Amino acid sequence: MTLAATAGLLTAGPTTRAAAETHGFLSPTGVEIAFLLVGLVTFGAALVTVTTRQLVHAALWLVVTLGGLAVEYLLLTAEFIAWVQVLIYVGSVVVLLLFGLMLTRAPIGRSPDADSGNRWGALTVAVAAAAALVWVVVDAFRTTWIDLDGPAAGSTEATGASLFQNWVLPFEALSVLLLAALVGAIVLSRKAKAAAAIATESTPAARSEEDRIEKDRSDKGRSEKDGIEKDGIEKEGTR
Amino acid sequence: MHLAYPAVLSALLFCTGLYGVLARRNAILVLMSVELMLNAVNLNLVAFDVWLSRTAEETLHSGQALTLFTIAIAAAEIGIGLAIVLAVHRNRGTADIDKLRDTAERHDPDGTDHDALTAEQSGEAQKAEATA
Repeated sequence: MTLAATAGLLTAGPTTRAAAETHGFLSPTGVEIAFLLVGLVTFGAALVTVTTRQLVHAALWLVVTLGGLAVEYLLLTAEFIAWVQVLIYVGSVVVLLLFGLMLTRAPIGRSPDADSGNRWGALTVAVAAAAALVWVVVDAFRTTWIDLDGPAAGSTEATGASLFQNWVLPFEALSVLLLAALVGAIVLSRKAKAAAAIATESTPAARSEEDRIEKDRSDKGRSEKDGIEKDGIEKEGTR
Repeated sequence: MHLAYPAVLSALLFCTGLYGVLARRNAILVLMSVELMLNAVNLNLVAFDVWLSRTAEETLHSGQALTLFTIAIAAAEIGIGLAIVLAVHRNRGTADIDKLRDTAERHDPDGTDHDALTAEQSGEAQKAEATA
């Protein structure tokens, strides 16, 4: 990344040289070095997340990726977003994903069928997209610097002021959407239980078998609702 | 800080998530890759918001507000998505998206085995719907 950016900068011509000299691109600042190191860890963890064959390990490497992104937000002085990231992603989304892995009875060890047969096509598409995006982005922003001095651009005070002065209506609409998602998840997880109850009424001969299945299903539904309710509580906490 | 650092990192993370969505077979792993892609977009939004709030003196903080909305919508999406995956797993006994091909058009000559399997699965699904 650094080499490509440097090469782009050196070929940029005399118009951008002044900007480069004032910012000293060839001697990166401490924030840039920290961003680069945390970015390498984040990217490596993301690669392991999408390639590992152990499903639970994938969720745990996802924690590393999301935590690294929270550190990147802190380095970009967006502290409120960083803590929201830690609360919602690391705190609840990964817990929900682990719930889902456990409830679909995923094998705890290695599962050889984690990747489908089109992984080489997927790899081609991903590498081509990465090459095109990195080339375009480096070419477009090679002379652009973020000024991180002064008061933080994403402090809780600034974010809260802009959120409740300019973005109140979308914010309230979002709370309605969260409520709809909560109700929808509960409805989706309760439907099969009613179906099993009617099936038990209609075929009394298979009652014991159906009872066993229904008990299994209600256990699943309860634990899933617990996860979703916790999710909702945490979302409320960040509002 | 050079703006290319966060932009390049987010491009790489997005393509990692793209690979995961295309290559993974378990539906929950696909959901994890979707989260990676959403986080890459969030990093872009935050970086450009911090840049514009200084350079263009933009005080609306639209990038950070949109990031918060994206995070909340991603949380809602993961809840609904997992509920759907669990419902599918309850009805079919699998979360393998390669086996959920009831709406696929079949032209393959060796489809007898697949067709028998699909007929059995759709029979189960119809039974579940009929009793619902």
